[in-house]
Amino acid sequence: MRYSHASKALVLSAALALTLTACGGGTPEESANGGSEGDATKVITANTTEPQNGLLPANTNEVGGGRVMDLIFTGLVSYDAKGKPVNEIAESIETTDSQNYTIKLVPGHTFSDGSPVTAASFVDAWNFGAAAKNAQLNSYFFESIKGYKEVSAENAKTEKMEGLKIVDDNTFTVELSQPESDFPLRLGYTAFMPLPEAAFKDPKAYGEAPVSNGPYKLAEWNHDVNLKLEVNESYEGPRKAANGGIDFKVYQSTESAYQDIMAGNLDVLDQIPPSALANYQSDLGDRSVNAPYAGNATITISGYLDHFKQGEEGNLRRAAISRSIDRQQIIDKVYFGGKVKAEEFTAPVLEGYSADIPGSEVLDFDADAAKKLWDEANAIENWDDSEEFSIGYNVDGAGNKEFVEAVANQVKNTLGINAVAKPYTSFKALRDDVTKKKMTGAHRSGWQADYPSMYNFLGALYGTGAGSNDGDYSNKEFDDKLKEGLAATDPAEGAKIFNESQEILFKDLPAIPLWYQAVQGGWSENVSNVEFGWNGVPIYNAITGK
Amino acid sequence: MLAFTLKRFLQLIPVFIGATLLVYFLVFATPGDPISALSGGKPMTPAVESALRAQYNLDQPFWVQYGLYLKNLVTLDLGMSFSGQEVRDLLARAFPVTARLAVMALAIEAVFGIFFGVIAGMRKGKAFDSTVLILSLIVIAIPTFVLGFVLQFVVGVKLEWAKPTVSGGATWGELILPAVVLGLVSFAYVLRLTRTSIIENKQADYVRTATAKGLSRGRVINVHILRNSLIPVVTFLGADLGSLMGGAIVTEGIFNVPGVGNLLYRAILKGETPTVVAVVGVLVIVFVLANLIVDMLYALLDPRIRYA
Repeated sequence: MRYSHASKALVLSAALALTLTACGGGTPEESANGGSEGDATKVITANTTEPQNGLLPANTNEVGGGRVMDLIFTGLVSYDAKGKPVNEIAESIETTDSQNYTIKLVPGHTFSDGSPVTAASFVDAWNFGAAAKNAQLNSYFFESIKGYKEVSAENAKTEKMEGLKIVDDNTFTVELSQPESDFPLRLGYTAFMPLPEAAFKDPKAYGEAPVSNGPYKLAEWNHDVNLKLEVNESYEGPRKAANGGIDFKVYQSTESAYQDIMAGNLDVLDQIPPSALANYQSDLGDRSVNAPYAGNATITISGYLDHFKQGEEGNLRRAAISRSIDRQQIIDKVYFGGKVKAEEFTAPVLEGYSADIPGSEVLDFDADAAKKLWDEANAIENWDDSEEFSIGYNVDGAGNKEFVEAVANQVKNTLGINAVAKPYTSFKALRDDVTKKKMTGAHRSGWQADYPSMYNFLGALYGTGAGSNDGDYSNKEFDDKLKEGLAATDPAEGAKIFNESQEILFKDLPAIPLWYQAVQGGWSENVSNVEFGWNGVPIYNAITGK
Repeated sequence: MLAFTLKRFLQLIPVFIGATLLVYFLVFATPGDPISALSGGKPMTPAVESALRAQYNLDQPFWVQYGLYLKNLVTLDLGMSFSGQEVRDLLARAFPVTARLAVMALAIEAVFGIFFGVIAGMRKGKAFDSTVLILSLIVIAIPTFVLGFVLQFVVGVKLEWAKPTVSGGATWGELILPAVVLGLVSFAYVLRLTRTSIIENKQADYVRTATAKGLSRGRVINVHILRNSLIPVVTFLGADLGSLMGGAIVTEGIFNVPGVGNLLYRAILKGETPTVVAVVGVLVIVFVLANLIVDMLYALLDPRIRYA
C-alpha cells in the first residue's frame, strides 16, 4: 500500500516479557481449510488503524483504509491467498498485444443499494480517480492508460481518459500508452474498484458511508473508535463471507491490542507488538502465525552522494557495505526470527520469484570480501577516515532504531569506517529530505506491494524517473529489460525477463535489500480458519466462529 | 469578586492568541512536508499535490496561514484534518472522553490523597506514616507506562476483572482502571503535600486554642487543621487538571482510550496544524479556568483572602 511507516517489529522493554522462547520463524501456520464447519454467524472483531481518508477507492493508499476497502468492494478480479488473481466481476480480460484490453463483465452484479454494476461503473470511477481536480492520492495508478497525461495535468481541460471506451453495458476496452503485460494483475488493487453513480455527486459524503459491492458493506463508522461491517447478501463471488460480519476496532498501539487478544477481548490481530515478539508463540501457541508477505526492507544510498555516484567507485562501495551486513544475525537478535533474509529485490510470495539470480551473493555476509571491495574503491578515490557514513531512519516508526543501529554497527565493525545511525524526528521529516534530494547519507527504505507483481517493485523503485525512485537511479540497460518484460504476453516469460533485469541491479545496487517482511499475527480461542494472504492481511471473509 | 472574575476572563484573550500563535509557528517550523508524507512515499502527481496544498492553505506564507486560521476561528470554523473531517468534530469526540478520564483521576487522587495524607500527618513518625511515605515514593519512582502495563496485564488479562482496553464508548466504569493509573502519581504528591501541610498547621496557635476550648478531635482536624492545610493542595490539584488532560497520552495509549492525547500525538506527527492548535487552544482554556477556580476556592478556604 505504501512505504512501510514502521518496521513491523522491534525489541523493547522486557517488562512483560516473562518468558523468553526462541521462535523458529519462517513457517506459515496453515490453518484448517476454509469451508470447514464453524459458527458462520459470529461477528469477528479485528484490529485496524483509523482510515486516513474517506473510503474512496482512488483515495485510499494505506492499510487502515485498504483492508476495509478490500472487503466492502470487489473489482474485476480479487487476489486469493497466494496472490493469484481470481475473476470477480470480470468474465474475461482479453488482449493480444498487452496494450489493448477488452474487458467483459458478468452481468447481474449489483451495489448494495440495488443499482447495477456496469461497464460505466468502472470507467467513470477510473476517470474520477485520475482527474486532477479530484486530487485523489492513487491517481498515478491510472498512468498507464492512454490519455492519463491530459486528465492529470494541472488545469486539465478534460476529465475522460481517451483509452477507456464503453462498448455496451457489460463490455469496455482499455488502451494503454505502451504494452504492459501485468496490467490485468493490477485490477484487484483498491484504486480500480467500481463506483455507483451516486458517488460522484458528493464524493465526500459518499466516502463516509459508501454504497459498495463487496462481500461486506459498511454499517457504521465511528471515527477513531470502530468500523462495523455487515455481510452484503447481494454479493456473489469467490469471497463470500463465512461469518456474520466484521467489527474493526481502531487501536492506537498494537500493545493494547495484544492484551485484548490474550484476554479474549479481540479475535484477530494482524501484527504482534515488538514487546511481545519474543514470547507470542508461547503465549498463543497454535493460534499464531509467522509468514512472509510481499514487502521488503532495504537501505538506499542515493546516487547523488559523493563516493556513491553511479559508476565503478560507487558500485564497489555499495557492494562492500552490502557484504558487511550480517542480515541473519540481525533477524535472529533483533526480530527473533520474524523476517526472512533477502535474496533479491522483490518478494518471495510473488509469481516468478527466484532465490538464486546470478549476482545475488552480494547480499551474503562476507567480511573479507567486503573489505577487499572497499579497498578497491579506495584505490579509485580515497575515503578519508574522518568521513561519516550515516543511515537515516525515522524514530516514529517502531523498530527502526534497533535495526538501523545494528546495520550501522556491522558496517562500522567490518569496514572500520565511521558508520552511524542518523535519527529523523518523523516519517515526514525523513521523506522531505529524501524527496528533495537533500540526503547526506543513506536511509532506510522499503516497499510493500500494491498488487502481486514483481514489476510493482522493480518499476516503481528503480525505473528511470519513476515516482518512488529515491536514489535517482538510472540505467538504460535496466529500463530496456523492464520494457521487454512488460511487453511479454506470457507472465512466466515476463517474470524471467524481470529476473534478468535484477542481475543489473545486483551490480549497481540502487538499494541494498536486507530482508523480506513477515507478518506475525495471532487470534483468540473464539475463532478458527484464520489465514493470512500474500500481502500480510488476514483473509477476513474466511474466518469463522468456533 | 465579579470584577476579578471578569478581569481574568479578559486575560484569556491575549493568552489564547499568544499560545495559538506560538503553537502554529512551532508546527509550521517542524521539519518535513505534511503533503509529501500524505502520499506515504508513493508518487504524487503535481496537480494532486498542488490541489492538496491549496486546500490546507499550505501554499501560503506563515502569516497568511495564521491570519486565515484566526479569521475562520471567529466563525468557530476550526479547519479540516487531512482526513477531511472537521477539527470541531474531532474535538467534540475526543474531549469529553479525556475530560471524563481526567476528572475521575482527579477525584481519585484528591479523595485518597487527602484522606491518607491527613492520617499520615496526624500520626507523624508512626508505622502508618512511614509505610505510606515509602509506598508513595515507590509510586512516584515508577514510570506511568510500567505501572499501566502491569495493571493492565494483571487486572485485565490475568484476573479478568476488567477488559484490558476500553470500548469506543469509554464509559465511566471502563475508565476506572486508566483513571487509577493516570491519577496514581499525582495521588502520591497530594498525599505528601497534605501530610506536610497538616504537620505544619498542627502546631498552629489557632489549633491549640481550638483544642483548649474543648472542641472534639474530629472538628479540630476537619475544620481547623484540614481546611487551612488545603490551600497548597488545591493549588496543586488545579494545575494538575490541565496536566492530566494534556498528559494522559501514555495512559490513553495503553488502554486505547480515544481521547485528546492521542489525537494530539498523531496530529503532531502528521504536521496537521489545525488539529494541534485547536487541541492546545482548548487545553490552554482548561488551564486558565482551572486556575481561576483555584483562586476562587482560596477565598472559601481562608476567609482572610479577599478579592476586590
